[in-house]
Amino acid sequence: MAKTIIEKIWEQHIVFEEPGKPDLLYIDLHLLHEVTSPQAFEGLRLNGRKVRRPDLCFATMDHNVPTRNRSVIKDPISRKQIKTLQENCDEFGVPLAGINHPDQGIVHVIGPELGLTQPGKTIVCGDSHTSTHGAFGALAFGIGTSEVEHVLSTQTLWQSKPKTMEIRIDGELGFGVSAKDVILAVISKFGVDMGTGHIIEYTGEAIRNLSMEERMTICNMSIEAGARAGLVSPDETTVEYLRGRRNVPEGEAFEKEAGRWLALATDEGASYDVSHTIHADDISPFVTWGTNPSMGSGIAESVPKAADYDKQEDKDALRQALAYMQLEEGAPLSSIAIQHVFIGSCTNARLSDLRAASEIVKGRTVHPSVTAIVVPGSETVKRAAEAEGLDQVFLQAGFEWRETGCSMCLAMNEDAVPAGERCASTSNRNFEGRQGAGSMTHLVSPVMAAAAAIEGHLTDVRNYMKEPVPSA
Amino acid sequence: MKPINEISSVLTPLDRKNVDTDQIISKEFLKRIERTGFGEFLFYHWRFNADGTPNKDFVLNDPRFQHSEILVAQENFGCGSSREHAPWAILDYGFRVVIAPSYADIFYNNCVKNGILPIRLEEAEVAVLLEKGKQSPYRLDVDLKNQTVTAEDGVSYSFDIDPYWKEMLLNGWDEIALTIQYDSYIQAYEEKMQQAQ
Repeated sequence: MAKTIIEKIWEQHIVFEEPGKPDLLYIDLHLLHEVTSPQAFEGLRLNGRKVRRPDLCFATMDHNVPTRNRSVIKDPISRKQIKTLQENCDEFGVPLAGINHPDQGIVHVIGPELGLTQPGKTIVCGDSHTSTHGAFGALAFGIGTSEVEHVLSTQTLWQSKPKTMEIRIDGELGFGVSAKDVILAVISKFGVDMGTGHIIEYTGEAIRNLSMEERMTICNMSIEAGARAGLVSPDETTVEYLRGRRNVPEGEAFEKEAGRWLALATDEGASYDVSHTIHADDISPFVTWGTNPSMGSGIAESVPKAADYDKQEDKDALRQALAYMQLEEGAPLSSIAIQHVFIGSCTNARLSDLRAASEIVKGRTVHPSVTAIVVPGSETVKRAAEAEGLDQVFLQAGFEWRETGCSMCLAMNEDAVPAGERCASTSNRNFEGRQGAGSMTHLVSPVMAAAAAIEGHLTDVRNYMKEPVPSA
Repeated sequence: MKPINEISSVLTPLDRKNVDTDQIISKEFLKRIERTGFGEFLFYHWRFNADGTPNKDFVLNDPRFQHSEILVAQENFGCGSSREHAPWAILDYGFRVVIAPSYADIFYNNCVKNGILPIRLEEAEVAVLLEKGKQSPYRLDVDLKNQTVTAEDGVSYSFDIDPYWKEMLLNGWDEIALTIQYDSYIQAYEEKMQQAQ
């Protein structure tokens, strides 16, 4: 019978199954960070348990780390959390890329970079954006701290088999449209809970044509559609990304592994519980105007009006969102002034994101009323960007060039947007207070963020780009 | 975790949909390395004004709902971040039951692993509970064993729950201790995988 990649990976990882119970699934890779792990390690200690497979774990510090001066963590509680992860990793033998390690970075950026993320693996982390790793055709999902403890102790999880959902993007993406716009458009069209109880597979021509980094951006935000995980079937793009990376086999062993990876792709004729299709032509550069990721529109549009909605609860939700966002119904999106720009996060802080943003910024100047920062996704990204001179492009334009970390995506460190101020952000969540108490977030792609930094308000980046001349 | 079966309490009506875990527990309170002590920060930025005084308009500050153990909200409750600090804060504040039409998957799992019963009722049923609960204190009797919610005026609702989670909640079991009993299966799986390489 034709199967989806989701079913194939699931079946390969069943340790124990019994009718009326969730399946006991084996976990191939467990990523850890400082915020959601301390209570799990403490639980092990209290019960005299050990980490079953430290060799299948990998830890880093990203949520709390400072992006200005690495050696100064002002907040004593942050400092304690970081120190606690170091001590836990030492005690339990878990590999760690600590704060000054050359591999340090946002956990969802470094997993793929190091070749730890591979097709067919089950991957978990105490972080909802673990869905990022699905770009490789891995079954990757976020878990809570009790589950972190469970995986540390048993290398398994009890999981009820989710339903499958196909999101198909047909056609070719238009000029100036990036992966971020695709996923924001999907969530806007189908809602923040469309994926609840499902694992999404992204398919279609537009997805096939994306690089691995772009696929990561899309899979990253699967959780913002409520899905447990989102993935893309492996293809040659996947194989070529992984070739030569640390932690993947070499030579003939790699070719053999690559063959196994490619065989995981969804079979022709396999069916999904739910399928949705969007045509790439219908997607334009996107911005959010509300307080969840589904509250967004194309940049040429305006803030919706309560009259646009039929249901009272939707009218109420719009009013609540606009009250928080200090926006009027019907205001053109391109009229919204911003005071901050954040280029960073596990969604959009990879080398290709920084390259794309730098193309817009090159030779231009950040608007005087805007504070703009670039926070590379990892030390590796930072080094590569600096080798290409991207740091200089950003610095000369008036951006700050920072150390790596989660930073202003959730403002657990000192990088916060002040109350009452607005940020064009390449991150993944525009929830109330996400970037700092009272702050207002507009989610955008890296190029849209770059253009907003220059203009001082949300703007259509296509005005900054040369449309490619079609070849004869 | 503490077993849960019968809870009788007035409900607290939180009449919003898509309540995300950033609202339930804001990031500035995620730095504790313990599982306890989060209750005072539950819904912090809704509960308190910028100057730290209680926001009188927020439902948790309504004296009629003090000591309530049942939180009722609209659909997609607990969306967003996987932070288990959210159910820890809900539990530490004093809630043992949440009622909503739907939950985010990770949040749901995090609840059942902490002795919080997340009940799914129909959207129309939740709308009734919210409406009545807002008018005047409205008492519910929750019975997990029989999977029912019975209101003080006699209206009764039944709910579904996975039998596995039901057993866990009723008994307050340590899931890891249970899984360790499957160790021979885990070992066999690991050996099979090693041979396949």
